[in-house]
Amino acid sequence: MINKESRILLEVKNLKAEVAGVEILKGVDLTIRAGEVHAIMGINGSGKSTFSKVLAGHPDYTVTGGSATFEGRDLFALAAEERARAGLFLAFQYPVEIPGVSNSALLRLAYNTLQLDRGLEELDPLEFDDLVQEKIKVVEMNPSFLGRSVNEGFSGGEKKRNEILQMAVLEPKLAILDETDSGLDIDALRIVAKGVNSLLSSDNAVVMVTHYQRLLNYIVPDYVHVMDGGRIVRTGGKELALELEARGYDWLRAAA
Amino acid sequence: MSAALQNLVNQPYKHGFVTDIETDSVPKGLSEDVIRHISKKKSEPEWLLEFRLSAYRHWLTMEEPVWANVSYPKIDFQDIIYFTQPKPKKQLASMDEVDPELRRTFEKLGVPLHEQKMMTGVAVDVIFDSVSVTTTYKAKLAEIGIIFCSFSEAVHEYPELVRQYLGSVVPSGDNYYAALNSAVFTDGSFCFIPKGTKCPMDLSTYFRINTEGSGQFERTLIIAEEGSSVCYLEGCTAPQFDTNQLHAAVVELVALDNADIKYSTVQNWYAGDENGKGGIFNFVTKRGLCKGVNSKISWTQVETGSAITWKYPSCVLLGDNSSGEFYSVALTNHLQQADTGTKMIHIGKNTRSKIISKGISAGRSSNSYRGLVKVGSRATGARNYSQCDSMLIGDRCAANTFPTIDVQNTTATIEHEASTSKIGEDQMFFFAQRGIGSEEAISMIINGFCKDVFVHLPMEFAVEATKLLGLKLEGSVG
Repeated sequence: MINKESRILLEVKNLKAEVAGVEILKGVDLTIRAGEVHAIMGINGSGKSTFSKVLAGHPDYTVTGGSATFEGRDLFALAAEERARAGLFLAFQYPVEIPGVSNSALLRLAYNTLQLDRGLEELDPLEFDDLVQEKIKVVEMNPSFLGRSVNEGFSGGEKKRNEILQMAVLEPKLAILDETDSGLDIDALRIVAKGVNSLLSSDNAVVMVTHYQRLLNYIVPDYVHVMDGGRIVRTGGKELALELEARGYDWLRAAA
Repeated sequence: MSAALQNLVNQPYKHGFVTDIETDSVPKGLSEDVIRHISKKKSEPEWLLEFRLSAYRHWLTMEEPVWANVSYPKIDFQDIIYFTQPKPKKQLASMDEVDPELRRTFEKLGVPLHEQKMMTGVAVDVIFDSVSVTTTYKAKLAEIGIIFCSFSEAVHEYPELVRQYLGSVVPSGDNYYAALNSAVFTDGSFCFIPKGTKCPMDLSTYFRINTEGSGQFERTLIIAEEGSSVCYLEGCTAPQFDTNQLHAAVVELVALDNADIKYSTVQNWYAGDENGKGGIFNFVTKRGLCKGVNSKISWTQVETGSAITWKYPSCVLLGDNSSGEFYSVALTNHLQQADTGTKMIHIGKNTRSKIISKGISAGRSSNSYRGLVKVGSRATGARNYSQCDSMLIGDRCAANTFPTIDVQNTTATIEHEASTSKIGEDQMFFFAQRGIGSEEAISMIINGFCKDVFVHLPMEFAVEATKLLGLKLEGSVG
């Protein structure tokens, strides 16, 4: 929901970044306020995924210019884990498998790390189980997934739901969903969208990085940004996504 | 590999100090005279000297094994001190009389020599260089007929038992290093669990090599009589020297009918520095004989130290329905080399064996699993399950698996599974993105990987092993 009065969570100015010496982001500007839902669209190689990884602090990417502040703090002065603890969450496009580490152990460690960071009490396994049993309903996962190794043997859709479960447990201020919809069948898409919607509030915000309009039918964006050549070349409301669906990207690229 | 990850594996070795203590050593070098000298120093009976000399003569005819996937400069066996002990001040009547310097050493290593200070429920035999310093809870165990003492003491107090079983599982000419050990072994632990007795506490030996240039050649013999059971733990450390030191031990286990032996090792010898200078050559022969029906021997090892590890704790499954287990975690970093695994020899009917091996390689190290599952023609209904998993950290290390399966009985069932995985930047970034720091992430990944093995370690050991792996890996993930 757009409310120009609400506080700014993320402010990115003229952000430039490269990977292996190749410049991918060539000056991105973006402001996200609490309560907003953003979608970033664009063709392959436009810089969408790079943008999310740079914000989250992936070590392969080097910031070469510009700035980003998260609730007023210089994002790039923080290590990846500090950004996470500050409330920045990235749902991965390709969630990794961690053999032998149970989902519940990982979730509890991540949750307790946050609690400690905020000066709050850690939860013991039993207390945490109460919490996670509630959260798992959000993504309609069978509780047996908690005892299984992280993502090991999960289907593509289960992995994506598992990402949203992590989001539900960690309650980030800003969640970036990097192509969370890719590889999801329509039922899984609906569950994921329902989960994300239930987590939205006037205190947090979501950025969906996606190729497709269909996710935006379920999670309705306040802003749609189109990325091309490492920049945001057009920003509009949800109608922009529909227009893209109908017309493709070429007309924007030509205009840019 | 990123710098942050690099730094994480490279924690300095914590047990690398040297104890300044007066020692009594035989001069460097090996000859029949040296062996006679050692034997005389220990006032050994004639038969034992003969055992040594015949092993030595056999050893002279043998070639150093070269089949292992390790490389190292040729060992000069004349440049090793074969016997060195802290100068005895006088005969020890109790542990309180142990040289305070030695006591401090072991306290520093977390092995206090006072019974009341020890981990509850664990009796310890402490070996410093070539001799046993003290054995705790000896008297208490003796009340229920359990013998737990240094090997030297056993030779004098229980010569018939020693004579009956010494070399019965690992013959003196079994292999190059076993022969060398049989010729020059100095001390070790001896343990005898009488019929029907369940050992009420864990027995443990702590090995410490202190003197530069010395080798350690210990001998451990554990006998579990009919229906008895024992859980045995072994820990080891050594100071940090630039030169390599040889550790060539022999461990023999004998389990009679319905007996159960569980043997756990956390090996943390000095591994050499990050350029591969110094460190222990750990060339060890460990073998258990399931002699009786329904007997069971289980090896669990966590190998983190040593410049080179060459070690194959094995089970000979002679008794019908006997079973052998091998659970192993071997971690190598820097330039460490490990060639380790097991042999399961099925001879009796319905014998079972299980192998779970986890190899973790970091730095520029090399880590090989080598195993043999052999099913003899009489071993009807034999079963084996093997699982060998390797994990690579970084892209300059190597992992290999060399399984050999030799089946001569058509009723046998053999299963072998293997996997290789890699801790990559993506896994580390995932943990970081969930707010978890790299040390905790590595520890979680490694513990997850090793879970199937750690569950078989006694509680205190499992905790220690977990910490140890974390320390060893600081700095190496990427």
